Amino acid sequence: MALLQISEPGESTAPHQHRLAVGIDLGTTNSLVASVKSGEAVTLADTDDCHMLPSVVRYLDDNSVVVGKAAYQAAASDPHNTISSVKRFMGRGIEDVQRDQHGYEFIDTESVPRIRTVAGDMSAVEVSAEILTNLKTRAENSLGDSLEGVVITVPAYFDDAQRQATKDAAQLAGLNVLRLLNEPTAAAVAYGLDTGSEGVHAIYDLGGGTFDISILRLNRGVFEVLATAGDSALGGDDMDRAIATWMSAQAGVEIDDSYLLRRIMNEARRAKEALTEADSVVLTVELGEGNTWQGILEIEQFNQLVDALIKKTLIPCRRAMRDAGVSIQEINDVVMVGGSTRVPRVREKIGDFFAKPPLVDIDPDKVVAIGAALQADVLVGNKPDDEMLLLDVIPLSLGIETMGGLVEKVIPRNTTIPVARAQEFTTFKDGQTAMAVHVLQGERELVDDCRSLARFELRDIPPMVAGAARILVTFQVDADGLLEVTASEQTSGVEASVQVKPSYGLEDNEIERMLRENFEHAQEDVEARKLREQQVEADRVFEAINAALAEDGETLLSDEERATIVSSLQALKQAREHESAAKIKLAIEKADKATADFATKRMDASINKALSGHTLEEFE
Amino acid sequence: MGRNYFELFSLPVGFEIDIAGLSARYQDLQRSIHPDKFSNATDREKRLSMQQASLINEAYQSLKDPLKRAQYLLSLNDIDVKSESNTVMDTAFLMQQMELREALDDIMDAADPLAALEVFTTDIETRVKDSIALLQEYFRDNTDDGLQQAAALSLQLQFLYRLREEAEDREEALL
Repeated sequence: MALLQISEPGESTAPHQHRLAVGIDLGTTNSLVASVKSGEAVTLADTDDCHMLPSVVRYLDDNSVVVGKAAYQAAASDPHNTISSVKRFMGRGIEDVQRDQHGYEFIDTESVPRIRTVAGDMSAVEVSAEILTNLKTRAENSLGDSLEGVVITVPAYFDDAQRQATKDAAQLAGLNVLRLLNEPTAAAVAYGLDTGSEGVHAIYDLGGGTFDISILRLNRGVFEVLATAGDSALGGDDMDRAIATWMSAQAGVEIDDSYLLRRIMNEARRAKEALTEADSVVLTVELGEGNTWQGILEIEQFNQLVDALIKKTLIPCRRAMRDAGVSIQEINDVVMVGGSTRVPRVREKIGDFFAKPPLVDIDPDKVVAIGAALQADVLVGNKPDDEMLLLDVIPLSLGIETMGGLVEKVIPRNTTIPVARAQEFTTFKDGQTAMAVHVLQGERELVDDCRSLARFELRDIPPMVAGAARILVTFQVDADGLLEVTASEQTSGVEASVQVKPSYGLEDNEIERMLRENFEHAQEDVEARKLREQQVEADRVFEAINAALAEDGETLLSDEERATIVSSLQALKQAREHESAAKIKLAIEKADKATADFATKRMDASINKALSGHTLEEFE
Repeated sequence: MGRNYFELFSLPVGFEIDIAGLSARYQDLQRSIHPDKFSNATDREKRLSMQQASLINEAYQSLKDPLKRAQYLLSLNDIDVKSESNTVMDTAFLMQQMELREALDDIMDAADPLAALEVFTTDIETRVKDSIALLQEYFRDNTDDGLQQAAALSLQLQFLYRLREEAEDREEALL
């Protein structure tokens, strides 16, 4: 842990201390970690010099866990305990995960579905956390110190439940998430900073299991996403499945066991990869009982198999352009992202659609991680004067259930985040004292056709005649695209709020329990860990307030106000050195209270400063 | 913060707006206030920055689009146009709306529905443009009467927007 140098209050800490931050592309098929080293963003390799980590986790009966290539290789021999493409299950309910053919045994629990393995029942969040932990260790070994923060990428089309699940996995892996970043936006950063090209860009991101299209405008370092669309269950996996289905038809066999399924899927994937170079590929599959099937897949046949999938991606492309209000002619270029865009047919068809050859300059497998690393470097504070700013959108509309099972939209899709919207509702019965709030995400009108995000109840509404209560429901979406909903009755001030814990999400106490188990497993002391976390937080707060004082303390505060803040900082510093986690937490809260007015003043000053270059007269 | 959206961007209050100037100021404001600029700040500053950035986004969206801008201007004048019951609709316009809607329904049975949709959409676009030009005049007047007319017209514009959206939905269904 890079302990921050504690300086006297008012003095800033060492100015050019480089902080370690990485970008992680947590992919369906492969994952990567990248960091900015000597000014350049590079992906980090493992000890075997491999950059891509297969997103495969194998659980063994001695409770040990294998992640990556070794796990991938074991997939065919130990399919039930070897989990691949877990990203497809993130934030999903039992009926969602049982739709696909994947060969796992899912257990329905009160919160999230779990996969039965020899090491116990595992949620998608826990499996993802194993992948993240592996990359964290790789990064720390490679960079030589512990990480201050990470940017983790998610498909732009991920809904709130999927994003929350990703954040939970990061928490479980002990990572400080600076931001959840949309994959196409990350790719745009990698390209935009590389070429410095202004204008409107389309990012076509076809990964292993997800598809995104984002239309964005780059102007003076600001990446403004105009619209995004996609399909969070469409990708290279589906190409493999199409080949596998074709193979089983050719071989005249039913895929009725997980072992055969894995063998055929592996061969299908090998064929797809071979066909990026060759015109045909020889396929061999052991059918069992000594039987082997052999066949040839020609490129024409392959193209025919994948054309339907490529065509499916064009619908979101059209929708994104429509929502962005741009025509094909207005799009300057199309950037290809994701391993599946290596398939020549994809490049050909997408080039045709956008009427221009797609850009493939940056390795489509690495471009997302590289973009994430660039943003992580900025967010962690290594480039204080950087002009880069990412303005992203929510991919799917957010709304609440109203009478008759209908959804009333509160925030429409493709609204720039962060965003806050409030809507007023009322009671429909005389004397009604409670109201249920059901939060949904999706474009359809009926509740049943949208994804249920959360339910909560506003209670203790004073009894009134129907229609007299004024219940204000506020949706706040933060820069990670995560939603918080509050409801309050305006005449009485009764309030209820939820940080939207998805209907298919882990409960806080479950995460706590998992963390505990992890420590027991690692023979670490939970209390010691808590203390360390509070110390890190204390350092962070100390430094943040110090930096604020150094910047604006003289101009915005009176001597007296400054003295109050400085004394709260001194108390914090003392607590940090000697006390318990609880006492440090209290000192942090006190310092936070002491700086409340200062923070508001600083915000106002920022706004005024931003506008100071402009005057009203300019326009008159 | 007590400022109206125009003041937030240091722009004069009015329907006619310098869109390029608005965008430039929007970006400047976000560059200084966006949560990404406060990722190392205290939780309180993070929260404040999120709230301010949300407000600036809301303000920008409200001023960028002509219909929303008209609605916002009217709300500054205490005229609520979002609830349709508040304004009496022009009968001629209602008739026209019904005709347009029927025309849209008929398109789906046309020999070449996509081509017919395009003609329809172009027609709506022209109507939208005409309404915006007219709104500009009413707001320039800035009299009570002008504002009432602007209110009625923005309600009509809202219908046209919805019709345009429906046409787009149908186009998507056809492709």
